[in-house]
Amino acid sequence: MKNSLIILAFFVAGLVLGISKNLPDLMMQSDFSLYALYILMFLVGIGIGVDRKSWSILRTMKIKIILIPMGVIVGTFAGTALASIFIPDLKLKEVLAVGAGFGYYSLSSLFITQLSGETLGVIALLSNILREIFTLLATPTLVLYFGKLAGIASGGATSMDTTLPVITRYSGKEWSIIAVFSGVILTILVPFLVTFILNYF
Amino acid sequence: MITVLLIMLSGILTGFAINRFPLAIKINDRLISWAIYVLLFLLGISVGLNKTIIQNLDKIGMQALIITVGAISGSVLALWILYRVLFREEQNKGGRDEK
Repeated sequence: MKNSLIILAFFVAGLVLGISKNLPDLMMQSDFSLYALYILMFLVGIGIGVDRKSWSILRTMKIKIILIPMGVIVGTFAGTALASIFIPDLKLKEVLAVGAGFGYYSLSSLFITQLSGETLGVIALLSNILREIFTLLATPTLVLYFGKLAGIASGGATSMDTTLPVITRYSGKEWSIIAVFSGVILTILVPFLVTFILNYF
Repeated sequence: MITVLLIMLSGILTGFAINRFPLAIKINDRLISWAIYVLLFLLGISVGLNKTIIQNLDKIGMQALIITVGAISGSVLALWILYRVLFREEQNKGGRDEK
């Protein structure tokens, strides 16, 4: 949560600067965000590669467990496809791409900005931040009505880090490895699914 | 965007190579945070300069909310079904005794 606030603060600081137009010329025509994204993706890759714990979890998991992130993917796409009926301004593939952030708002919004423009990028940022915030707030209630996997479902990619504590607390410790597993798989898939949906749909 | 995915894959391979060095892992985490801060700061600037977005922020926010509601209810329902079909039995066998 603290991290989300810092990230949001940086975004808002940029927003205010942009609105006030108090910027050096270099910044006004900045196109280095693509290169910054390249650097970020390389670092994220390293982060995945060095994460021995997740890789060893992967090796010891029963096949059945893979159904959990698959279920999140199928559920998210079904739900966002339905939601797209209420958003006539956006194409189905745009709505699906925003959903395919699975709460990983930083990466998905940057990717979508590059692929589809700033408007959809901002929608992705807001929508996926909301997914994280909602999960943090609603997991205790969701678990009561929809079973022990509800927090993992709602958290999506965030169930490996930011929403893991609340999931562990309300679903029980025995679910935390599964939460990490599902979050890792979804996190890795975000850039692939977003690119695939926006390019080939 | 294929470039970006290849860059990420090469990062993963690099990560395999250096996963014995805790310091490298720590530095990498820090760098990721800062790369995200910088990128979202830049995104903030270009959004701020974009009049269309600023003037439609309420509408954009509403669309984002609708997508989130769809995404969360869809996944929660999907995993609820999965839980009832596949996982609840095992849980009970595991001898929970809260109830």
